[in-house]
Parts: sequence; structure tokens; C-alpha cells
Amino acid sequence: MPTSYHLDHLQHLETEAIHIMREVAGEFERPALLFSGGKDSICLLRLAEKAFRPSELPLPLLNVDTGHHFPELNEFRDRRAKQLGAKLIVRRVEDAIASGTAIPAPGEISRNRLQIPVLLAAIEEYRFDACIGGARRDEEKARAKERFFSFRDSFGQWDPKNQRPEIWNLYNGRLNPGDNMRVFPLSNWTEMDVWEYIRQEELEVPSIYFSHTRKCVRRGGQWLPVNDILPPKPTETVRDLVVRVRTIGDIISTGLVESPAATVDDIIAEIAAARVTERGSRADDKSSEAAMEDRKKAGYF
Amino acid sequence: MSVLASPSPSSAPSVLAALGTPPLPVDILRFNTCGSVDDGKSTLIGRLLYDSKSLMEDQLEALERSADITGGGAINLANLTDGLRAEREQGITIDVAYRYFATPRRKFIIADTPGHVQYTRNMVTGASNANVSIILVDARLGVIEQSRRHTAIASLLRIPHLVVAVNKMDLVGWSEARFNEIREQFETFLPRLDIKDVKFIPISALNGDNVVTPSGNTPWYPGPTLLGHLEGVHIGSDWNLNGFRLPVQWVNRPNNPTDAQLHDFRGFSGQIAGGIVRTGQKVLVMPAGLVTTVKEIWTYDGSVAEAFCPQSVTLVLADDIDTSRGSMIVGLDNPAGTGTELHAKICWMHSRPLERGKKYFLKHTTSTVQAVVTELVHRLNIETLDPEPAPAALAMNDLGEIRLRTAKPLYYDGYAVNRLTGSFILIEQGTNATVAAGMLLPSHEVVKPESDDFMI
Repeated sequence: MPTSYHLDHLQHLETEAIHIMREVAGEFERPALLFSGGKDSICLLRLAEKAFRPSELPLPLLNVDTGHHFPELNEFRDRRAKQLGAKLIVRRVEDAIASGTAIPAPGEISRNRLQIPVLLAAIEEYRFDACIGGARRDEEKARAKERFFSFRDSFGQWDPKNQRPEIWNLYNGRLNPGDNMRVFPLSNWTEMDVWEYIRQEELEVPSIYFSHTRKCVRRGGQWLPVNDILPPKPTETVRDLVVRVRTIGDIISTGLVESPAATVDDIIAEIAAARVTERGSRADDKSSEAAMEDRKKAGYF
Repeated sequence: MSVLASPSPSSAPSVLAALGTPPLPVDILRFNTCGSVDDGKSTLIGRLLYDSKSLMEDQLEALERSADITGGGAINLANLTDGLRAEREQGITIDVAYRYFATPRRKFIIADTPGHVQYTRNMVTGASNANVSIILVDARLGVIEQSRRHTAIASLLRIPHLVVAVNKMDLVGWSEARFNEIREQFETFLPRLDIKDVKFIPISALNGDNVVTPSGNTPWYPGPTLLGHLEGVHIGSDWNLNGFRLPVQWVNRPNNPTDAQLHDFRGFSGQIAGGIVRTGQKVLVMPAGLVTTVKEIWTYDGSVAEAFCPQSVTLVLADDIDTSRGSMIVGLDNPAGTGTELHAKICWMHSRPLERGKKYFLKHTTSTVQAVVTELVHRLNIETLDPEPAPAALAMNDLGEIRLRTAKPLYYDGYAVNRLTGSFILIEQGTNATVAAGMLLPSHEVVKPESDDFMI
């Protein structure tokens, strides 16, 4: 029996997130959980287990495959979904380009913008009324303004100036036909909380989060993994480095950090001493001060 | 003048680095900042993050980039929190922004609540879960209507601790007399509100005085810095541990269990909204009105003998009782109140005013019912803090008291006793906008079993 009725910070964040997961199951007809295989969505899946077991997860997993994913990530995504007996829906940007649902601009290589119509099409196809995502408010300053229940209109758009007030733990999940809700149970979690939770729950994460040797190319002030989509030019520096990823985006834009961190404990110690934020290694956020805000308004999760 | 006159923090170790891996358990303190436009809220938060070395190099670089473009070279700490383009362009905060930082003592969640249009709505959003509210006052202006309004809202929401940060003290020559004058202005109306703990701190957010480091400009002020106070304030338990309440969120019934033992599993999942529950304990299930026994407290990490507010659990009951989302399982001691005739304090948050006779959806715990407004009891005059009886309507940002009738009974407590079972929101039918935050006054009637058949 507990001697004091007190929750530490992880227990506090956990019960808040479980409450939100169950509100989604209770208030929506057709929810889905966005699962990429990244560290945040790994925590989401554990929280879903805590919210819904011993029942089956009452929602499928959804992933938009940009075609530029790290292969290690997709392998992990498929394996984890299978372990949990969860239904996994994957929609591919490649297919959307082939069918004309997503149209690249001339010379557009990044899939950052193109994944938006693919997500919106999947939501429409399955008539999902709520999508649970692993976004955190501490990641980026446009995200700092997000609600737990983030209302989107029928175009999937976020209107930051007209958000529903969120008071106590009372979330307004009412929608009109065509409307949609994005729900972020990890809103109050920091990068450190995520890793502490991974440690506490002994969760497996994709191998690229740990230190490994990789061919890297120096681009835009960062080390990027050498890849076939944007192969190194003769003028570019290529090195074999001991690196890991801190946050995972597409393989052409995810900066690698030089790191000897081989265990979750090492990663936690590294983050505690870090002098740059997690998103500091994402080229997609650096393009302008409002890069994330603009993508969210267009329907990005 | 650049506010970043001190050396770059990149040369100093971060607080977290000095700490290494923080030892568990660390608790979380939630606070919100409120004030009117130009009181320096965002600057204060920027200062807290900067001086506590919670800012990272890329954030500082981004600040410097925006200073070159828009700030004529001077770094503006407010740009750290004003995350939207329109906010940076207009130099104002539009929506509640959340920020996170940690010191060796505590983890902090800051809700930065803007003080201009939609201020009640934003402040209620930012403050409803706060342990501490910081009210910023411009030392030159003293107490203005906004200060009174923010204090009244903090009182209405029963925020346990209040800090009045008297900012821009540098612009009044660090005058102790001016500081005392403002404190006295507050003290004329504080006794009329439900606020138990108030701390006054003289600061300059722009220059950092008494935010994280003690100021040499205030030898007459013996108290802690703002961060020192936030690290030390005793938050104890905000949760009600008397009177068990479990609003049922979701019925947990495995559809196709591979495990034969789970064939008959029927659990009621929810977050405990009050009190403590133990296996073997008798509970009353509403609206069925039947008493049964808690057979098992199921969690993913194994069954437990006891669970408490605000843990999330799944209860298995000894008897098969009709129970679904919106039902409430309550302890037999400290029974919950019930009824369809409700009396509540309210913050109105929408441009379409509240009028008598209008119907809304009312969401209380996990239950959403239809409700009609039967009476506007009074509207609070913010200037005098006097109630004005029987107003024709409550407009955006008004605080008042109303009576409602619901289509089905609620199982609830007075907000003063339990925030989770004493609060509700109103949702406009059609637009689905959240239009009000409500705080229930205690009921005269309490829940009781339909019959004593199950009672032993």
C-alpha cells in the first residue's frame, strides 16, 4: 500500500495521457493513432496499452510513408504493430504521386509538404474523426500553442487564433460532419520525460537512436546520412562518423549527432547536458521562423 | 538596450547538466502568468528561461536572427514565447503558450496567458490546472481593471497560490513607497476574494532583478526571488482524497480474448476524480443506484489493492450492473451530491452572450447532457467586486452566477471541495464552441441507493 498518495512527474504525465486516450475512445466513432516508430509514438503505444488493456486497442495505427523513411524505422514500425496485434494502415506518398493526389513542384525533392494531402486523404478514406499524435508542446514554438484536442476543419486546417478553450480536464470533442480532431496526449511531456518513460517502461526503440557508425555528408551545417535520394556531390565532405539520431524525420533532412550513447541511460545523460534543442537537427523547421506554423495550418499533424 | 548584456549562457553549464539525471520523484508545479498588454509577461518568461539556463543555443540563435530582421538588432525575449507569425508582427501574445523547464528542485509547466482580447477565456484556459498564478502589475500604472479581473478569476478558480509580481520597478526608481502603495491597493480588495496565499515581489523582467537572481536594487525587500518562491512554495495535494469518485470513461470488455480468463472480463475504466478505492470496498453505482463491491482494481502493471485520485484505473465489480460512459461509481462515505437543478459560478467566454432560456450541452466529468439556463442570478462588477443582481445577459469575459436545469441528473460536488467533480463546460449547440466554464455550488441532495437490497 502506498504510504503517501502522491504521484511523481512521470506518473502525473502518464495518468493525464491515459485519461486523454480514453476520452478519445469514449467520444469518437472512428479514431486512429498516428504511429511512425519514433520515440514519441512508441510512448503513445504504451499509453494506449495502459488505457485499453486487457481489451484489444480500439483504434488502428496509421502511418504516412514518405518514401524517404529510414529503413530501420519502417522495420521497427511493422514489427511493433504485429507484436501488439494492432491493425496498421500505411499510406505512401509514392502512391499518391503516381495517382495524382499529391503533385510535387518542379524540383521538389522533400516529401515534407507532400505528406499532408496523403494524411488528409487517409482520414477521408477511413472517415477518421480523431487522430492521436505524439506531438509535444516543448518541440517547437507553434506547437507550444496547441491544445490537447486540436480542432481541424474539413480542410484539415488549424486556426491558432480560434482554438477552443481547454479547461480543467474537460475536453470538448463535439464535431460537425467533415470536422476532425487531432489529439496530443503527450502535450505536456518534454524530450527528457519521453526518454525517462522509455527507461521506466523498458521500451524498445529503433536502433538508429543509439550510437552507430555511418557514412555522413556535411550539408547546411549538419551531418546528414549518405543516401541514394540526394547522393553526395564530389564537392561535399563525406566521413565515417559515430553518430545517432535525436529526432527522426526523413533521411534527407535528419541531422545526425556525433554521440557515443549506446544505452537509454547514456541518452538521458546526453540530453541532460545538451546545449541545443531536439529540433535543432531538423532542416525542415529551419527554413523560416514560421515553418511549422505554416505546415500545421495546411493540415500537418 | 539589449537585454542580453550578460555573457552568453552557452559558456555556463545548464542547470540540468549540473544535476545529471534528476533523481525521482520530482514533482511538477504548474503556473500561469497574467497581466495586460505590455506588462511584460512574455519578457518575464523569457527571463526565467534565460537566467535559469533553460534556453538552448539554437533558440538563442533563432532569437538573434529575428532580432536582426524585425527588432533592429535588439533581442526581444518575448519572441521566445510568441510563436505565431501574427504575434511577432503585432508584438502581442494571441493564444495561451506552454513552456517547460526544470531546476534541480522541480519541473515547471508555464501557461503564458495573454491579457488583451479574449483574456478571460485565455486566462481560464491557462489557469484552470495551475498551482500558482502570477499576476503582473506595471509599477507605473498600479492596480488597473485587468489586475482586479485576473485576481477575481484566480479566486473564482480557487488557484491555491497567488504571486503579485510588481514589474518595471526600474521605471519607478526602485521605489519602496511605490511598491507598498501597490500592495495596499491589492489589500483593499483581496479580503473580498477566496485567496489564501499571496506573495508580492518587486521585479524587473527586462533586467532580471529578483526573477532568478536577487537584486541589488531592492535592499528593502527581504523575500525570495520569483524562481526561489516557485521552487519553495508548498503545493501539497491539490487532489481531493476524501470521498471516492470514478466517472466511467470507457467500458473495458475484450471482444475476442485469446485468454480464456478474460472471457467474462467487464471493467470500468476511468481516472479517479476523488478519494481512494480499495478492493473489497462497497461502492454505489449511479445512475443505477445499486451498491456492489469492488472485486478488482485492474491496471496494465498488475492489479492493485488500492488506488487514489488522480490515478487512471479499471474497476471490476462483483455484480453485473448497467454501467456505461457517464456513469459514476462513488464511495459510500462522503456521498456525492446529485440533482438536475444546478447553481453555479460561471465565466462566459463567447461573443454571443448568455441569456435565460437558452439550451446548451453541458459536459461534466465524462457525461454530456442538455442543459437550459433558468436564471441569471448575478453578474460580478469587476470595479467594485459587487454582485449586480438579475442581469439581462452575461457577455464575453463576464463572471457571474446562474441556475441551470439538466435533462438528466449529475453526480457532483461543490467546486470548492473537488475541482474535478465540481466543474463543467457549456458547449453551444450547432457551432460546438466551448462558451463557458462553470463551477458548481454544493447540492442539497446526495446520491443514495435505489433500494437496500444489496446493502449488508
